[in-house]
Amino acid sequence: MLPAHLRTLARIDGEAEVEVEGPATQRSVLDALEARYPMLRGTIRDYATQSRRPFVRFFACEEDLSHEAPDARLPDAIATGAEPFMIVGAIAGG
Amino acid sequence: MSRVRVLVGTRKGAFVLTSDGKREQWEVSGPQFAGWEIYHLKGSPADPDRLYASQSSSWFGQVIQRSDDGGKTWESAGNEFAYDGVPGTHQWYDGTQHPWAFARVWHLEPSLTDPDTVYAGVEDAAIFRTVDAGRTWQELSGLRRHTSGPSWQPGAGGMCLHTILLDPTRPDRIFVAISAAGAFRTDDGGNTWRPINRGLHSDGMPDPDAEVGHCVHRLAMHPSRPGVLFMQKHWDVMRSDDAGESWREVSDNLPSDFGFPIDVHAHEPETIYVVPIKSDSEHFPPDGKLRVYRSRTGGCEWEALTRGLPQSDCYVNVLRDAMAVDSLDSCGVYFGTTGGQVYASADAGDSWAPIVRDLPAVLSVEVQTLA
Repeated sequence: MLPAHLRTLARIDGEAEVEVEGPATQRSVLDALEARYPMLRGTIRDYATQSRRPFVRFFACEEDLSHEAPDARLPDAIATGAEPFMIVGAIAGG
Repeated sequence: MSRVRVLVGTRKGAFVLTSDGKREQWEVSGPQFAGWEIYHLKGSPADPDRLYASQSSSWFGQVIQRSDDGGKTWESAGNEFAYDGVPGTHQWYDGTQHPWAFARVWHLEPSLTDPDTVYAGVEDAAIFRTVDAGRTWQELSGLRRHTSGPSWQPGAGGMCLHTILLDPTRPDRIFVAISAAGAFRTDDGGNTWRPINRGLHSDGMPDPDAEVGHCVHRLAMHPSRPGVLFMQKHWDVMRSDDAGESWREVSDNLPSDFGFPIDVHAHEPETIYVVPIKSDSEHFPPDGKLRVYRSRTGGCEWEALTRGLPQSDCYVNVLRDAMAVDSLDSCGVYFGTTGGQVYASADAGDSWAPIVRDLPAVLSVEVQTLA
């Protein structure tokens, strides 16, 4: 699940589904997402550092996974597609 | 009949304003990229339907957009701006050294001859170029690697490269300006650069006449005389008659010589425009009167242009990239304000009318004159 501005940028209607080879991790999910939607490169992770942008958060299964290691395994419910991996724009004014 | 297309970048999207050559009735379309900051959008002189836009946000970083149909539809282009090699450091606000880090694209300058070639001025200050219509970008790193680079420091708005002027008579000559490092010139297509700030005087610096460190807000040039440059510095309006080798002040009777934009009449190389702003801490017009000032003598003698502009209780700003001219026989002049108004004059500044009044804060205005 993506923030509205990124859905508009990538022309995605609703949720995006991606196939991940190997273990489902933040890195593998985002790599697969960016491979399918190249216009998202640099918008979720900084190009130079590959770090999560400060105003972007990762939620799943009612947990904040934003500070988990990029290669940590995501919950099984994400890997099976039962639950969404939520990429969230921080609630902030501007 | 000729048409005019005004490209407006704002804090919350892009707008395209179109009119016929009379410039009386306007059609407003947008916002494109709603919710994103559009620092700048500009058309290719070689193909007016090819437009480029800098789209950015604090949340999602930098995106570059390209249109091939004059702004009706857009496609995402490449958005990776990687500094060449190890970027090094520059001076930070507190005097310490700070790593060079890409923040955003302030200005896009399409080539005069090739629609696929574009220069990008970015924060932290550097110049990039694409030769494949924005798919990939390469830094012209000779600028950032200038020996003075570690001494450059940001202005209040960040350390941005905001002005790029291409010399139509010498393809290898490019002028740029950086806040707050100053103006630089290359004569070899961007491989090597040197500061061109002799004659600038900035009292806020330890050495007011230093070679670099000046907060240049904007440069302007008439294409028929690329050796003559005009500058709006933080304070002072300046002029160079030798391609930046030396500068002299031409502020004279302006009510304030602080400001951001400066531009040149399309057909009169000695006619220039500025918008005086009260001071660097009071970013609004003196006396609450929004006045464009015009000099028909290349500086020194200025006249206030007020007809159609608010002359009381006006406290907007006009940012550095938010003024442009068209090239119709009666030169049109345009500017946008932080209050969301875009004003147009179809008679070289004698009279003004708003095209729109209530856009988000205007960051940039460009004009295309279409056949």
